[in-house]
Amino acid sequence: MAFSIDKIRQDFPLLLQAVKGRPVCYLDNAATAQKPQVVIDALTRFYTEQNANVHRGAYYLSQSATDAYEAARRRIAHFLNAASPSEIVFTRNATEAINLVAAAWGRTFLKAGDEIILSSLEHHANIVPWQLLAKEKDLIIKVIPLLASGDLDFEAYTQLFTAKTRFVAITAVSNTLGTVVPLESFISYAHANEVLVLVDACQAVPHFKVDIALWQPDFLVFTGHKLFGPNGIGVLYGRAALLSSMPPYQGGGGMIERVAFEETTFRAIPERFEAGTPAIADAIGLAVAIDYLAAQDTALLEQHEAALLRHGLMRLQAVPSLRILGNPTHQVPIVSFVMEGVHPHDLATYLDSVAICVRAGHHCTQPLMRCLGVQSTVRASFAFYNTFEEVDHLADTLLAAYQFFK
Amino acid sequence: MSDDLNELYQAIILDHSKHPHNARVIAPCTHSAEGYNPLCGDEVTVYCTIEGGRVADVSCMGQGCAISKASASLMTLQLKGKTLDEAAIELDWVTGMLTGGVVPGRSAEAVGDLVALAGVRQFPARIKCATLAWHAFEAALKGDQVTSTE
Ligand SMILES: Cc1ncc(COP(=O)(O)O)c(C=O)c1O
Repeated sequence: MAFSIDKIRQDFPLLLQAVKGRPVCYLDNAATAQKPQVVIDALTRFYTEQNANVHRGAYYLSQSATDAYEAARRRIAHFLNAASPSEIVFTRNATEAINLVAAAWGRTFLKAGDEIILSSLEHHANIVPWQLLAKEKDLIIKVIPLLASGDLDFEAYTQLFTAKTRFVAITAVSNTLGTVVPLESFISYAHANEVLVLVDACQAVPHFKVDIALWQPDFLVFTGHKLFGPNGIGVLYGRAALLSSMPPYQGGGGMIERVAFEETTFRAIPERFEAGTPAIADAIGLAVAIDYLAAQDTALLEQHEAALLRHGLMRLQAVPSLRILGNPTHQVPIVSFVMEGVHPHDLATYLDSVAICVRAGHHCTQPLMRCLGVQSTVRASFAFYNTFEEVDHLADTLLAAYQFFK
Repeated sequence: MSDDLNELYQAIILDHSKHPHNARVIAPCTHSAEGYNPLCGDEVTVYCTIEGGRVADVSCMGQGCAISKASASLMTLQLKGKTLDEAAIELDWVTGMLTGGVVPGRSAEAVGDLVALAGVRQFPARIKCATLAWHAFEAALKGDQVTSTE
């Protein structure tokens, strides 16, 4: 079937909206992605026809909700090519998934003097939980430096390892520069040194196939809302043996086996890590988003994204005074740039006046901003539903902005 | 180009942002405070010298967008030479006008070039940029009130 961008855009109602009387030009997909109608419908359908709590009632509706929730878990295990659905824990978002690992695994297995390796590209969500833990447990944090290209310095990474290195927490894709990190080599180097690895796959899953069996990470997290799914649902993948070795993260209903005031015993994975009523509809909605993606010709979507990126880079390079940050070896269609003499917020406000949605700021990557020697950037981030016309609209408006602020 | 945008980036705003007045450090000064917007990373440091209940000198240094830089520059021009009571009225007028609060009644002449900041009202996401330096000035004065509390 031929790739029809118009047909795909029809599936995303927000893309058909007008903002201030103009068709919306949504280029902030790295912040959150728009939702296909099937996802929106799935939420409505759940609340209309199926709503009941899970793992609770003996009645039909509760069983049906439980079945749908567990089917969503299986769907996600299959999507990631995990060995078993029990390795999939639902969380609120990626941030909570990382905090879960820091608290349940880190607090249990790390001790004073142990070292954790992070990268210069990390989102605050994959920095701050480790800093909190480091403070509490007297750990040492080391950082993989950045090359001028925006790639991570693999050589320097290997030099960071010592006998005390216990953990690597690293992103698969930079949310600011679009850098695709060659994770296979980073992970296998860590494993060769018997060091565990957590992968932040938030910006990878919307753009290419993430395969647990291929990368073999120990933990991997992503957030549903960037994958065209609902807000409020995230995923933690953990190797079964590891998850099973960890104490609970939060206590409450749903995660216990037997409670007595003398002693409580906990359920097996993954329920041990899902205290309280989960985001049932959102988990189901995320599975529907994944089904939606699976029904597309993903090779064509990836080609289209690569073409958007090429066209975008070419058009942006031609804008006077505009400087694109980084030039990574492999890149998803996320581009950060600055315009000399024009602050990113002023540019973003200018772009907003013609309904172009981009993010200006530090993108929750302040340490990376420091590496790059800037305070903030403008970031345009594309999804497969974006068009060449939108790229042109961005570039043309940046040209006009240059004239305006000059 | 939308009217709102032209209203926001009036010539006077662009002018002040490109050539800010009193962009210098006052050392020694009697009061100073840093204003920081964690959402966007904009920062400004306000320095002032208060003598005999008057703002004898005031300056701003920082990094930020056109709106925050212009607002800081306009502020220094507006406040210099004012008594502390007069400065408080300026502060109330700007923050009230921008955030939709109570605005002290004043003549157009008294408001002067500050009127150029009115365009920011149409851009709720940018109001904090315009108030940054003013809040820093307020904090600088308060710092003194705390230390010299009676
Ligand atoms: C690379 C990366 N990691 C983590 C996050 C955090 O996602 P969430 O806020 O949904 O937990 C984001 C999103 O902002 C991200 O881009």
